[in-house]
Amino acid sequence: MSLSQQSSFSLPKFRDQLESFAFVLPAVLIFCIFYIVPFYEIFKLSLQEWDGISLVRTYIGFENFKELISDHGWWKSMWNAAYITLIALTFQNALAFALALACDQEIFMKGVYRVIFFIPPVLSEVVVGLIWSWILYSGMQDGQHIGLLNTALAKIGFSNLITNWLSNPKTVLTCIAVVHSWKGFGWGFIMFLAGLQTIDRQLYEAARVDGAGSFSVFKNVTVPMMLPVIVVVMILTILGAMQAFVLILTLAGSAGLGDYTAVPVTKILAAMTGQNRYGYACAMGVNFGMILIAVSFVLKKISERMKQA
Amino acid sequence: MINKYKVIRGVKATLIHVLLLAVTITCLFPLFWMARSALMSNKTIFTDKSLIPAEIHFDNFVKAWTQGQFAMYSLNSLIYTVSVVIGIVLVSSLAAYAFSRLEFPGKNFFFYMFVIAMMIPLPGSFVPLTVLMTKLGFINSPYPFIRQLGYVLCMINVGLSLSILLLKTFFDKMPPDLEDAARIDGCSKLGIWRHVAIPLARPAIAVIVIFNALNVWNEYILAMLLLNDIPNHPTIMPIQRGLMVFQGTYLSDYPLLMAGLTIAAVPIIVVYLLMQKHIIKGLSSGAVVG
Repeated sequence: MSLSQQSSFSLPKFRDQLESFAFVLPAVLIFCIFYIVPFYEIFKLSLQEWDGISLVRTYIGFENFKELISDHGWWKSMWNAAYITLIALTFQNALAFALALACDQEIFMKGVYRVIFFIPPVLSEVVVGLIWSWILYSGMQDGQHIGLLNTALAKIGFSNLITNWLSNPKTVLTCIAVVHSWKGFGWGFIMFLAGLQTIDRQLYEAARVDGAGSFSVFKNVTVPMMLPVIVVVMILTILGAMQAFVLILTLAGSAGLGDYTAVPVTKILAAMTGQNRYGYACAMGVNFGMILIAVSFVLKKISERMKQA
Repeated sequence: MINKYKVIRGVKATLIHVLLLAVTITCLFPLFWMARSALMSNKTIFTDKSLIPAEIHFDNFVKAWTQGQFAMYSLNSLIYTVSVVIGIVLVSSLAAYAFSRLEFPGKNFFFYMFVIAMMIPLPGSFVPLTVLMTKLGFINSPYPFIRQLGYVLCMINVGLSLSILLLKTFFDKMPPDLEDAARIDGCSKLGIWRHVAIPLARPAIAVIVIFNALNVWNEYILAMLLLNDIPNHPTIMPIQRGLMVFQGTYLSDYPLLMAGLTIAAVPIIVVYLLMQKHIIKGLSSGAVVG
């Protein structure tokens, strides 16, 4: 009696809270087992050497990270991912923005375009990669090209451009980046269009009344109003393009062209399943994750600066 | 003067339509080319370069469906998609409802745990996850059901955070009057969740169902690491994994591969076309929130 008066503990209230907690229990359990445990383990493993099978895991401190810093293949794979990301950021997002601007007006068949542009994003990377590997196929039969692109180039008289698109180190990464953009621009398009549609039409009219031309309206009304959406799309584009790898497996084959087509995720996968170096694979994951967080953080900061200015 | 403006506007409209049509063709032509190639035989594909093939062969589809095990792959994908989506909707709607409406110690801590997890990109988390699933006995279990269960649980976790966040936002905006009425009538918490909150949240649940279904149907990496077939048992691989195995087996048989791709792509495109209003609405609201 006296105990329950001292602390504000009461059995009905406790039961009530326990009942409420039961609602989140399944989510918390699943999350702890399949997210928190691996999250903890990736850091722990990154400081160890382990082949994935033996019972002994050796603690080696920061050796994995030291090795990573001087691993040229690793940084080359980072550059490859950065190259794909750069094309996605510029080409893919500029296309998405232009299309969104075009569809933000009363225009014939607007709804149809909106539906079609989002078809590539709903397809899987495996399907997209394999379709394009057939289009870019460079095989020949009886002196005739088989792949669609090379056949078309031969037909319209650009035979000098014909190449082994997916096995030529000079073209393969660009092909991957273009296919990635083909698959991804619909996301940006839908998000840009949604953002454009929230801009008050009166702002445009006010600017026009003040004598602003089309470009001036675009620069002084559209872009500033769209800045938050642009930043979100940019961050999502970076996270998506940096981590794309199934397209690479399907376009360049699982072995790929070695360093020419390696990206961080294929490197992690190779260290894990190919070389059985689990600790090293985790160190790569931690290193890459930190770089991604830093990039998104910097982008967010820059956009806040621009908003204040 | 007026004519000049009219001409400029006309030219502008034409240019816009040319751009939109060009992109539309670029979107659709590869899919058309896939379906066209699937209808050819291994001989005609090298000789017939026309858009519509002179002879049409459906046997690639039959061969992929039976010999290529696409019937099994599709069934597996369907099973995974349905179980993961049901799991996510149940688990996330319970949690989101509690985070929005109920009181218990640690509520904010647990909620922000999910939010922060969503913002941290963790590439390579599949390495420790595979280690964990091996340790828990899912990956090498002699029972196919256990292996499948492990994959389903992992995929539920993949979609959980975003679904909880979306649903909580929805519940927060929902007026509490109906729930209050139900409570006064003596309805339990679980009863209110089941009979009041869930029916009202149907639009938000539709968005969650569609996005998670697309995600599970298209998932490849965890299926590759977590699902290994047991000898003398029917395959447990989903369709994306099956496509890669298929490609490895019939390396140069492009018409057959294209038939497999068509089988994998058509259901998704049909579902998308039926649901596109929800999908675009969900994405647009996401854009404005983000």
